[in-house]
Amino acid sequence: MKGKTHAEEAAAFIKDDARTHWHDETLWHVRSNRDRSAQGIPEWETLRDTASATKDYVLSHLGELLEQFESNAKANGVEVLWAKDAVEHNQHVYRILQENKVSNIVKSKSILTEECGLNHYLEKKGYDVVDTDLGERIIQFAKQTPSHIVLPAIHLKKQDIGEIFHNHIGTKEGASDPNYLTEAARQHLRKKFVEANAAITGVNFGIAETGGFVVCTNEGNADMGTHLADVHIACMGIEKLIPRAADLGVFLRLLARSATGQSITNYSSHFHRPAEGKKMYIILVDNGRTDQLGREDFKNSLKCIRCGACMNTCPIYRRSGGHSYNYTVPGPIGSILSPGRDLKKYSTLPFASTLCGSCSDVCPVKINIHEQLYKWRQVIAEHTNMDRSKQLSMKVAGMTFGKPVLYDLAGKVARTALKYTPHSLVYSSINVWGKHRDLPEVPEESFKEWYKKNRKQ
Amino acid sequence: MSSKEAILGAIKKNKPAATPLPDLLKFPDETNLIERYEKGLTGNGGKLQVVDSLEELEAFVRENYASDQLIASLVDEVNGNVDVSKISDPHDLEHVELAILKGELGVSENGAIWMPEKNVVHRVLPFIAQHLIIVIREETLLTNMHDAYEKVNVADGGYGVFIAGPSKTADIEQSLVIGAHGPRSLTVFLLKK
Repeated sequence: MKGKTHAEEAAAFIKDDARTHWHDETLWHVRSNRDRSAQGIPEWETLRDTASATKDYVLSHLGELLEQFESNAKANGVEVLWAKDAVEHNQHVYRILQENKVSNIVKSKSILTEECGLNHYLEKKGYDVVDTDLGERIIQFAKQTPSHIVLPAIHLKKQDIGEIFHNHIGTKEGASDPNYLTEAARQHLRKKFVEANAAITGVNFGIAETGGFVVCTNEGNADMGTHLADVHIACMGIEKLIPRAADLGVFLRLLARSATGQSITNYSSHFHRPAEGKKMYIILVDNGRTDQLGREDFKNSLKCIRCGACMNTCPIYRRSGGHSYNYTVPGPIGSILSPGRDLKKYSTLPFASTLCGSCSDVCPVKINIHEQLYKWRQVIAEHTNMDRSKQLSMKVAGMTFGKPVLYDLAGKVARTALKYTPHSLVYSSINVWGKHRDLPEVPEESFKEWYKKNRKQ
Repeated sequence: MSSKEAILGAIKKNKPAATPLPDLLKFPDETNLIERYEKGLTGNGGKLQVVDSLEELEAFVRENYASDQLIASLVDEVNGNVDVSKISDPHDLEHVELAILKGELGVSENGAIWMPEKNVVHRVLPFIAQHLIIVIREETLLTNMHDAYEKVNVADGGYGVFIAGPSKTADIEQSLVIGAHGPRSLTVFLLKK
């Protein structure tokens, strides 16, 4: 059965008008911080060009770089595993936990484990996985998924979080002060860190040259987890590689500034070898990435460093919320990653865009996001049964635009008709477009008529 | 076929035409590094003390911390009461109130300090302590991250971290809260030339 469309999901979100505006403004504020930060770096565009070219190199040498990474990591005493899909990734994690007789797991935010449905899988096996990023912990309590890749609980108000914490960790009823709630979470999670025997993290950057990897957080949760537990499992998408350690100079300058406007995350941790007596594993995950690599028009989406800037700037994302995309990575970048995974299921996402191009403008690795959205639309129109009403109107539009006489006539008819048609009929349920918009005022003459008249003067 | 072979095979089949690896970037050195460093650090929630000698650090610790609080110092000029080298299980650091560490270098554009494993002994120390003090020398200040990676060999130890501020979060309605899991404060003592 076909799932809900983006528009249907978004309709639920925008029912609360005040909350929609608040969500919109909050994310716009983050986007403004990004602008101020980027404008403070005179060489910003050089950094973007270099990051993009470096990722081009990575994608065109991916096989060699992965093998180089693996052999260096192994030489460092790290066990490297390969997973072609989510199922195999989860099985690797499970086997490692079993082998090491792990009972308590802490996890730092990893979008990849979210993509693989790891928590759900491990819970079914009887494990309790504790997400330690504050935003992640909040939505984990609420049994939700992240609505943003950098700001997972951005859709919730402090009153919501107060209620969630009251129910799960016993904070005072009605308390919503962020300082008080964060302190309560600190005490609660500190206990979890101390008890954990395995820590799972994502990977921001894998370094082929050294076989090490970098994890960026502001809270320090990845470090609290990994340095106390005996086992560290790092889950890494194969596209996360960079060739040289020195390339980090470019990427660390771009990442946090693009994400939230801060100059760098407060912790950028470089892992190369397990501490004495401990174990470190890296799982290299494909899960559809090599397929995307082969799609000439869409391979650039693999350059993404998961900063979330495209979400913060997107007029649709800001007004529809991350959950309306129904995919691990929402927003513009998610809308070009997801159709490659399941064209049918995500067929409405490339249409959840105004094609304004703002996403491409802020992207630190210069992914042509809006162009890919447009290209996906064409692929989808070709391969799926688009809405019948949309199909019919496209056909009629095609015919009309193709014949100038017909086009002129249609314009004339429309201008006259709209003048006399009652409002209630124009904004009926047939005109989906008119749901939250007014038509522009209808001019007396067409541009062609105006031009003919005025050119003569 | 193993998954490794399958993945590498798919890459071989699908990978785009080769493009060159860009040269590493280098930008001109800035002046006023201390001023820039302070701006970078305070932007991330840290505080800077510019000092002429480490006696000022010792005085600061005596003034702000009680003698019964656990202090782990890896800076020779200040005595602590937790001997980190004698600890084998990092969990034993759970109640450390203050850690005093030496940083390798500071980056002016963002306040970050490179902290290799040898400077912390236990990787968890700069995170598990309630408060953190890091000492850096003025002559180690660099302009940007490109310069930092030119100086640092990240693969040298098993672990190393750029620390740019105290533990912080803004996950509740974007309100900045300092002290999420790790240190509730970071004070950097910058020792003048």
